[in-house]
Amino acid sequence: MGTSAATSETLTASAGPVSLPELYERMTLIRAFESKVGELYRANEIPGFVHTSLGQEAVAAGVCAALRDDDYMATSHRGHGHCLAKGADVDGMMAELFAKGSGLCHGKGGSMHVADPARGILGANAIVGATVPLAVGAGLSSKLRKQGRVAVAFFGEGAVNQGAFHEALNLAAIWSLPVLLVCENNLYSEFSDSRRMSRVPSPAERASGYGVGAVKVDGNDVAVVYEAALAAVATCRKGDGPALVEAETYRWQGHYEGDSQPYKPDDEAEAWRGRDPLLVARKRLAGHEEELDAMDARAREQAEQAVERALAAAPPDPEEAYAHVFSD
Amino acid sequence: MSSATEVAEVRYVDALNQGMADALAEDERVVLMGIDVGAGGGIFTVTRGLYERFGPDRVLDTPISEMGYVGAAVGAAMTGLRPIVEIMFMDFVGVCLDPILNQASKLRYMTAGAFEIPVVFRTQTGAGRSAGAQHSQSLEAMFAHIPGLKVVIPATVTDAHDLMVESVRDPNPVLFVENRRLYGMRGDLDVDPLPLGRARIAREGDDVTVLTWGQMLRECLKAADIAEVSLEVVDLRSLVPLDRETLIASARKTGHLLIVHEAVRDFGPGAELAASIGEELYDELLAPVRRLAAPPVPMPFSPELEKTLLPSAEKIAAAAVALRAES
Repeated sequence: MGTSAATSETLTASAGPVSLPELYERMTLIRAFESKVGELYRANEIPGFVHTSLGQEAVAAGVCAALRDDDYMATSHRGHGHCLAKGADVDGMMAELFAKGSGLCHGKGGSMHVADPARGILGANAIVGATVPLAVGAGLSSKLRKQGRVAVAFFGEGAVNQGAFHEALNLAAIWSLPVLLVCENNLYSEFSDSRRMSRVPSPAERASGYGVGAVKVDGNDVAVVYEAALAAVATCRKGDGPALVEAETYRWQGHYEGDSQPYKPDDEAEAWRGRDPLLVARKRLAGHEEELDAMDARAREQAEQAVERALAAAPPDPEEAYAHVFSD
Repeated sequence: MSSATEVAEVRYVDALNQGMADALAEDERVVLMGIDVGAGGGIFTVTRGLYERFGPDRVLDTPISEMGYVGAAVGAAMTGLRPIVEIMFMDFVGVCLDPILNQASKLRYMTAGAFEIPVVFRTQTGAGRSAGAQHSQSLEAMFAHIPGLKVVIPATVTDAHDLMVESVRDPNPVLFVENRRLYGMRGDLDVDPLPLGRARIAREGDDVTVLTWGQMLRECLKAADIAEVSLEVVDLRSLVPLDRETLIASARKTGHLLIVHEAVRDFGPGAELAASIGEELYDELLAPVRRLAAPPVPMPFSPELEKTLLPSAEKIAAAAVALRAES
């Protein structure tokens, strides 16, 4: 296992083609979107299950900023942030969560199945670990068709105990596929402390068993995540993939919205809130407060507008229930 | 070179091979993946020569990791390839069901048609060779029960080739079930070619309609030769799509319907067929719909015990005679 080249000393506000304020802007949009979603879910306005990534925004924003528009991305049940960071339409996503006909998937996917192929988004996926083989398949497509596209899979540390992760990682390794595996280690596999679920403390360590390079980074520092992702994506793009990035972070909310989290120690969440990825970025961007406040306000406005539009939208046409089972 | 003119009479296994070769030659997005399908030519030689002809970027040997490579085939199908992926024995779906059950068959629907999933899951089954309970199961009912998945089962040499080519051209996920007891069967290509989704009247008859597919077609045709009543044998060719029109027309004509399959009877494919045709023809059939299938026990190793459980030409003929006598 390697270590991250990214440290606070080596970074500037504009380390790459995406500037730190821009990264902040993506994070604050995710925060505003999911805060609104959580609130409305608790008010019974949104059906089904909702899993938020509040507190983990830096991973989505940092990794997706290192991607091209045509790169592929597959994510888990906790995928709102990744989809937004990859460019999914905010109104279309919100309408999907509200099960409306104007949703990205016409109200047939919901929170756990949002997809947008125009943005390379292969979809959120409700089976833990399943996105890893799917992303490996996308990487295989890219390689065999010589497209130069990288495929990213986001998953949690809980997924690292699924066979699908190991089988797909090995496959990506033997075929040197352009696949970036991003493990968001938020410490909890659903309700359980992940440190009790494996003798190997770090998912990144697993990668070395497959001959795959991995780095472990501070997942709450968007600049660090971005720099690590840029390096890993470059490795994949030039044919030396796959690569794995483990981002250490923390899930503020429960496994799902409504989970009261009796399994977490009292002081833990508070300590991690002190490492809020938005605050971490703000510290780096001292002097830009006015600009960042304006971004926060715009993001909240965008989320609220998306909610208004979703509430006003019609449910799917009943015929939609029968459509798209097969392609003609 | 056209597949039809190359060989006058070929084996089922050669027809499958030629179908895959034609599919690989016709569309460069087609790839073949699986355990030992490449340099090794496949454990039943079904893929022999394809690696040499199309190269390692089109014919990919995989590790023994069905969950990984079957899942990757689905991801590849979402992103522009058209994989044929082999699951060596149908029983092995137990270690890679998620990509079929939750991914390939759901992703198009869940995304309102945003993706097409043109993937062929090739597998084979076939009891009667002492392969034991973990290498002999006919599980097609499980898959026909999953919306969004086609289930194709070729029983003739012509269909081994044609249904393979059509399954690869199909924009949907297809479970393609070969039967290893048919691999050595000889026959001609281009005999009464039919599109995927159409059932074939394999033998015309008057007294009893026998509905079947896969290896049991041969037994049913033998039964038609020896039975004391006239059998109309219908080869389903695919469970999904189901050619209701042909089935119902035949059952209506004879007034007697016998369903024969190698899969276990209880909650098996025959149950659904009997129910749906029975609903449609309640007052036209002259006797109850009957089923002849393996009883609900695991397939034993002993050849004698296997024979005890499996339908045979003699048992089918006797069941048809008994059914005819019910009216």
